[in-house]
Amino acid sequence: MAHERVLVVGGGLAGLAATMRLAELGIDVDLVSLVPVKRSHSVCAQGGINSVNALTRQQGDSEWKHFDDTVYGGDFLQHQPPVKEMADWGPKIIDLMDRLGVPFNRTSEGFRDQRRFGGTLYKRTAFAGATTGQQLLYALDEQVRRWEVEGKVRKWEFWDFLAPVLDETGRCRGAVCQDLVTMEFRSFPAGAVVLATGGNGLIYGRSTMSMVCTGSAVSRAYQAGAWYGNGEFIQVHPTAIPGADKLRLMSESARGEGGRVWVPRKPQDPRDPRSIPESERSYFLEERYPKYGNLVPRDIATREIFDICTTEGLSVEQDRLCVYLDLTHIPRETLDRKLGGILEIYEKFQGVDPRVTPMKIFPAVHYSMGGLWVDYERSATGGLVEGSFRNQQTSIPGLYAIGECDYQYHGANRLGANSLLSCIFSGLFVAPTLANACGSGSRAAGDESRLFDQEVRRQEERHRSLLARTAGVENPYGLHQELGTLMTRVATVVRRNDQLVPAYDEVCRMAERWTRCAVSDTGNWTNQNVVFTKALGDMFPIAKLILKGALLRDECRGAHFKPAFAMPGLKATDPVGRRQEAEQWCDTFEANTRRWLKSTIATCGPGGDPEISYQDVDTSLIPPRPRLYGLVGADAIEEVWKERSARATDHAGRAAQPAGAGA
Amino acid sequence: MMIRATDDAHAMTDAAGAQRGELVRVRILRQDVPSGESYWERFEVPYERNMNVISILQKIAAQARSQDGRKVAPVAWDCNCLEEVCGSCTMLINGRTRMACSALVDRLLAEDGDEIELRPMSKFPVVRDLVVDRRRLFRGLEKVEAWVPVEGSYDLGPGPRISPDEQEDAYPLSTCMSCGCCLEACPQYTKVEVVRREGESEKDFEARRKAAYDAAFVGAHAVSQAMLFNAHPTGRMIADERMKALTRQGGIQMCGNAQNCVAVCPKGIPLTRSIARAGRAATVWAIKRLFDR
Repeated sequence: MAHERVLVVGGGLAGLAATMRLAELGIDVDLVSLVPVKRSHSVCAQGGINSVNALTRQQGDSEWKHFDDTVYGGDFLQHQPPVKEMADWGPKIIDLMDRLGVPFNRTSEGFRDQRRFGGTLYKRTAFAGATTGQQLLYALDEQVRRWEVEGKVRKWEFWDFLAPVLDETGRCRGAVCQDLVTMEFRSFPAGAVVLATGGNGLIYGRSTMSMVCTGSAVSRAYQAGAWYGNGEFIQVHPTAIPGADKLRLMSESARGEGGRVWVPRKPQDPRDPRSIPESERSYFLEERYPKYGNLVPRDIATREIFDICTTEGLSVEQDRLCVYLDLTHIPRETLDRKLGGILEIYEKFQGVDPRVTPMKIFPAVHYSMGGLWVDYERSATGGLVEGSFRNQQTSIPGLYAIGECDYQYHGANRLGANSLLSCIFSGLFVAPTLANACGSGSRAAGDESRLFDQEVRRQEERHRSLLARTAGVENPYGLHQELGTLMTRVATVVRRNDQLVPAYDEVCRMAERWTRCAVSDTGNWTNQNVVFTKALGDMFPIAKLILKGALLRDECRGAHFKPAFAMPGLKATDPVGRRQEAEQWCDTFEANTRRWLKSTIATCGPGGDPEISYQDVDTSLIPPRPRLYGLVGADAIEEVWKERSARATDHAGRAAQPAGAGA
Repeated sequence: MMIRATDDAHAMTDAAGAQRGELVRVRILRQDVPSGESYWERFEVPYERNMNVISILQKIAAQARSQDGRKVAPVAWDCNCLEEVCGSCTMLINGRTRMACSALVDRLLAEDGDEIELRPMSKFPVVRDLVVDRRRLFRGLEKVEAWVPVEGSYDLGPGPRISPDEQEDAYPLSTCMSCGCCLEACPQYTKVEVVRREGESEKDFEARRKAAYDAAFVGAHAVSQAMLFNAHPTGRMIADERMKALTRQGGIQMCGNAQNCVAVCPKGIPLTRSIARAGRAATVWAIKRLFDR
């Protein structure tokens, strides 16, 4: 069909990258966003963007090692080909953003500077002050504005995605959206629809995410039949500034630049932190993880901080959980140059200068590793086939997902500074796929308009019935707060089945209570009240799949930590005992891998209740191995593991079978 | 007294003198529809430690009642990141243009009066309550071609080498979040409100709206972006285009040098330096054009 448009939903890094590349390919784009795209949540990303670079390459780094760090950090839960492709694209993506004018920090020679981030030993992270996400977003925003002036892109800002429109074969033909100012509904017929709508932190009430991160667009796609993958994997960032309206991120770059996490050895030591001598401080991350120190992967740092405050009772404050993040040993000029932006945030919102006084921080919900299940086509070399229909396609043909709202790149735990890369990569990479999808399934125009009219009527009906609910007894904002408190309590750092079971029932009751929510604004002009109430209703199906996925997954993997199924370190001290325990440990690990190294797939059943199934993970490039950060007896386990891997490789070689180990 | 005490016996005193269990009084200038009548409405919300204007508005949305107990529609306002990087939540708070997220209640009460006053920005048409239409601000960025004119997004190697000094010069300008504070404070940036005529097509209305924007002052934010891109090694390849835009109607000559912009910028961007540079560049460009004829 001639002249089909692509509908991009969401104007953060992923949506803008896709839009830019599509326009360049000659495709007309409708770009729908809840906010002016320049105000998207990507602006909040602070620390940087990862890629192998000229410097790290000479220290032994490679695209393969970046790929390896990413899958190891993610506890092997990602399909490997897309991750490999992303790592391979890293250098050219940084070069591109550099050409677009991103003011990356510079070395004295005028090259891009890099810093070190968590989960790697290389300085792989390019950065622009402490507002790298903002700077990258602006560069893409500027290019898309250029295309808008050219007439290739039409922006629909302050518009809400309500539902994909599917034909009788189940293929996506476009979507219905609503203008948040005039409240009018509109059909967007499209050759392909791509969701780039980010994470769903608001399901947890307060998080580091922006107010648009309700997950509503994804939930609507899920309720229309799209599968959701790995929902239970939610990253809790180790360092955030507690606040009444939001938990503001304190970037990992604070530790990347030498920030140290500590607590006074004496519980709630009332002294000024600066006057507490070194000997009376516990730098617990450095003590427990000498190799990575303060830069252990996020899930581990989070758990340690959570643990030292709750289990060990060493929180800095009595009535609030927090630890010190200390930068005061670093010269002021260095801090201002490299971390200025984030330090200002702390100063502005806490009224304390972090250059002088250690910051008080605590973990907060930060990133959804899970998201819409998407497909890919593997190439002969283990990467992806560019332009394939399958890349980034959800289980609904014609509906695609990119950026944080897909589940594909970060497995069980995301490494710092990999999200900006995955967003830009998936946005650029999906463009030829979308271009190919346009015009691939022509149909009569008459049928099309009937489909859209139907969906518009359904949405108008839903909207009208909400506006009519003035007599309800439930307050949507109060209910949201309850949902957030519950989810934060049971589905963040530590998960227990005896909490998850009642929590699931509680969320079901909340979903039921939602139907009795009263709207306090019944008008039909910029009605934020009804838009929020609608989004809240769409949080419950996702909350349920997070809880159910967490409940069923009886193991520890990345951000999903269930103490009842943790594999403790070794106890024996004599070599023979240690060896024996290490063998047992590896047996358990192998059995667990066979049982649980699988993607969780949720499909939306009746009443928004999820049906959970599991899919094998493509680990054909790097066989899974234990993540041993800081474990007692790690060296003994590693030794046994290496012997086993060598035997497996040897055996596989003899049997002429590829990559047999651990699959 | 700026805060009315309630009967909470365990009220705790905060640094700024506000107490827990007490109520914060807020006065908001509301407007139901564009070009409609505006009116004041008062609200009271419970005080909390570390509270900002956003949390006040969140509480008002939840309670949806005015001070005198009437059921009222929640106040509409714009916000997103809540950490002063997205530029959404600009409003007039106690008469000053600033971001609602970084406006801390303790400080507001300490600096000013009996209650907190919230008004929508006055230089942009009100959509509803505190929500205004800032499309003109983004049009300014189109007008000055605030982008690097790359050939395309395919891999052509790295960008130009840039010295640390150049980067440190460019970076602050690049943190402009299009909040519009500089425009609200500018005496030369006056409100342009274009209303769709009966029977006017969407396309005609758009064209008329953009023309009206272009005739009025482009604003400090756009001048500063023009200077940012004119300093970039690739960006400056279309420096002449930007100078053309800046010397046309609504350009740099309209700046009255009041310097309010730099005083209210929440990011501390050296806007007056950009304006001075633009002024000098405009002079040089005009002379050059004279000789090029």
